[in-house]
Amino acid sequence: MYSEEVLKKLYADMILVRLSEESLVEPILSGDVKCPVHLYSGQEAVAAGIGAVLNEKDSAFGTHRSHGHYLVKGGSVKEMIAEIHGKSTGCSKGRGGSMHLYAPDKGFLGAAPIVAGTISLAVGAGMASSIRKDGTVAVSFFGDGAVGEGVLYESLNLAALRKLPVIFVCENNLYSTHLHISEIRPNDEIYKIAEPFGITSFRVDGNDVLEVYEAAEKAVEQCRNNNGPVFIETLTYRMRGHVGPDDNIQGTHTDIRPAAEVEDWRQKDPIERLKKYLLENGVADVEELDLIEREIQQEINEAYVFTNDSQLPPKSELEKYVFSK
Amino acid sequence: MSSANRKLQYSLAINEAFHQMMESDESVFLIGQGVKSPWYVGKTADGLIKRFGAERVIDTPVSENGVTGAAVGAAIAGMRPVVMHPRMDFMLYAFDPIINQAANWHYMSGGTSSVPVVIWGVVNRGGEQAAQHSQAFHALFSHIPGLKVVMPATPYDAKGLMVAAIQDNNPVVFIDDRWLYGVEDEVPEELYSVPIGEGIIRKPGNDVTLVAVSYMAHIAHKAANSLEKEGIDVEMIDLRTVKPLDTEIIFNSVKKTGRLVIADGSWKTGGFAAEIIALVNENIFDHLKQPAVRVTLPDIPAPASADLEKSYYPDEGSIISAVKSLIKN
Ligand SMILES: Cc1ncc(C[n+]2csc(CCOP(=O)(O)OP(=O)(O)O)c2C)c(N)n1
Ligand SMILES: [Mg+2]
Repeated sequence: MYSEEVLKKLYADMILVRLSEESLVEPILSGDVKCPVHLYSGQEAVAAGIGAVLNEKDSAFGTHRSHGHYLVKGGSVKEMIAEIHGKSTGCSKGRGGSMHLYAPDKGFLGAAPIVAGTISLAVGAGMASSIRKDGTVAVSFFGDGAVGEGVLYESLNLAALRKLPVIFVCENNLYSTHLHISEIRPNDEIYKIAEPFGITSFRVDGNDVLEVYEAAEKAVEQCRNNNGPVFIETLTYRMRGHVGPDDNIQGTHTDIRPAAEVEDWRQKDPIERLKKYLLENGVADVEELDLIEREIQQEINEAYVFTNDSQLPPKSELEKYVFSK
Repeated sequence: MSSANRKLQYSLAINEAFHQMMESDESVFLIGQGVKSPWYVGKTADGLIKRFGAERVIDTPVSENGVTGAAVGAAIAGMRPVVMHPRMDFMLYAFDPIINQAANWHYMSGGTSSVPVVIWGVVNRGGEQAAQHSQAFHALFSHIPGLKVVMPATPYDAKGLMVAAIQDNNPVVFIDDRWLYGVEDEVPEELYSVPIGEGIIRKPGNDVTLVAVSYMAHIAHKAANSLEKEGIDVEMIDLRTVKPLDTEIIFNSVKKTGRLVIADGSWKTGGFAAEIIALVNENIFDHLKQPAVRVTLPDIPAPASADLEKSYYPDEGSIISAVKSLIKN
């Protein structure tokens, strides 16, 4: 059984991610937010389930769609919202925007939008861990689209060969921009790509946070015992556009997903599922869950106040941060 | 409407080049990530799949290295592929097939094998997209022996240079800019090509030579027209090709004006502007009345935040001040 503490953390983390994401819809549509934003709504169970087994010393790398990864790793909501608005108080000081989130003090070593570009970097963090023998684990988050890039296979081989403590987390949401997985792969069983390297691999329901959490627990234990990398394919779905709230109303027409399919997945909402579990098993009652939600909403509201009170970096600071001192 | 003055958008001019080349030559095919999606390629691929089928218009997995290598290999095997990268930034995964293989192939084989491939990369910047979604790498590719690099600024040249690139027996890096996609101008309906390696004088003048390519040529042309109204007579040259450079057109102009400004949409150090200055210094140094001036990006990655982004990209005003700085002295 799961501890009450874990269950509530999973719930709170998913709520934090969902409410943060949804809070961005208005600012994007109104033009307050101008940078490209890839919302994570619908996929929260993956970030939360994996995040729950990590500590601050463990590292993680993400992608263009990494608000959730950053937040569950302990990245500050305030600094994320400020970053997305280009403010100098943002987690990347306004230099990166939504696609470049960093919280190295929390082990979130970075997100960047070159597809598959951070997978080998996570292997590097695993290598650092194995050289230092510090027992930390490195997580690489990437999408089904990244499975097309050769660097993934090089990374799997290297991690397996060196028995590096790396968890490869593929979030298979069935689409990479305008293409369904059937158009980019001869089969849809992504988890099997790890098998030839002798890497333990799982395929889990990525909208079931408990299933993700269990796989993550096994993975992290294997890594900490120096038994080599683990690959987890999570089957999930994004409830928003590829970029922005809704590709079709925003005119990019990348969202070619059938309405019935979207609706089908709406029924599998990961937050609703955990909520049901918590209530049915008497872990929490409605009031308590509402309170969690209200407190998190309050935190997000404060993030907007912080953002509004913050300045854009001035032109005079254009040259700042090109080189480290 | 006569064919001569029909107007077309830049993106549709590229599209017309594909329609005509794929129609006239069965060895031509288009491959790249997003050819099915206007979000990636604007209107450049309109109607191609419908007309030529998914065998010759291939949308791909996110696999830049493999896909570019396949295009290079198909070219070696006798086809004339165009491989599209919706952003130049993504092309970096494909450096090996472009540089180690395609660029060197003809030479390494002692001329027994050639690589008629077009590697098409789009510069797609602005909109707070930050460092990995903004880069322009023409200087980098022009450094490589065996590669030709073209950068059209007008719809006419976009069509003509795409046709020339496809017809060329060497690997050609064709670079366009999303900021130009909506620009409309005259484009002949018939199939024609613009010779690779030939610049063009957009506006003749006697006071200052202003050289640019691609989007910066578009802006520089405007700047030259604005300066005209202030009585400053700029000769604006759109080089159109970054490699091989049309040195003759530059030298003839600088011999006349004695003053040189280069406007470039990429970084300063080791860049396109630096190369032109080096050539002028080597060959016609005595004709320069003053040191040449560069208008480029600063040596800084592209920032996201609005004000930083605004000051990062040179505009018409930056070019005008550069020209005036030479006139004042
Ligand atoms: C190297 C590279 N090629 C192409 C792109 C354009 N691109 C941005 S997101 C994306 C699809 C990613 O799909 P997936 O990995 O499944 O992630 P998802 O968007 O579904 O979260 C692509 C191809 C890119 N950012 N980087
Ligand atoms: Mg995906």
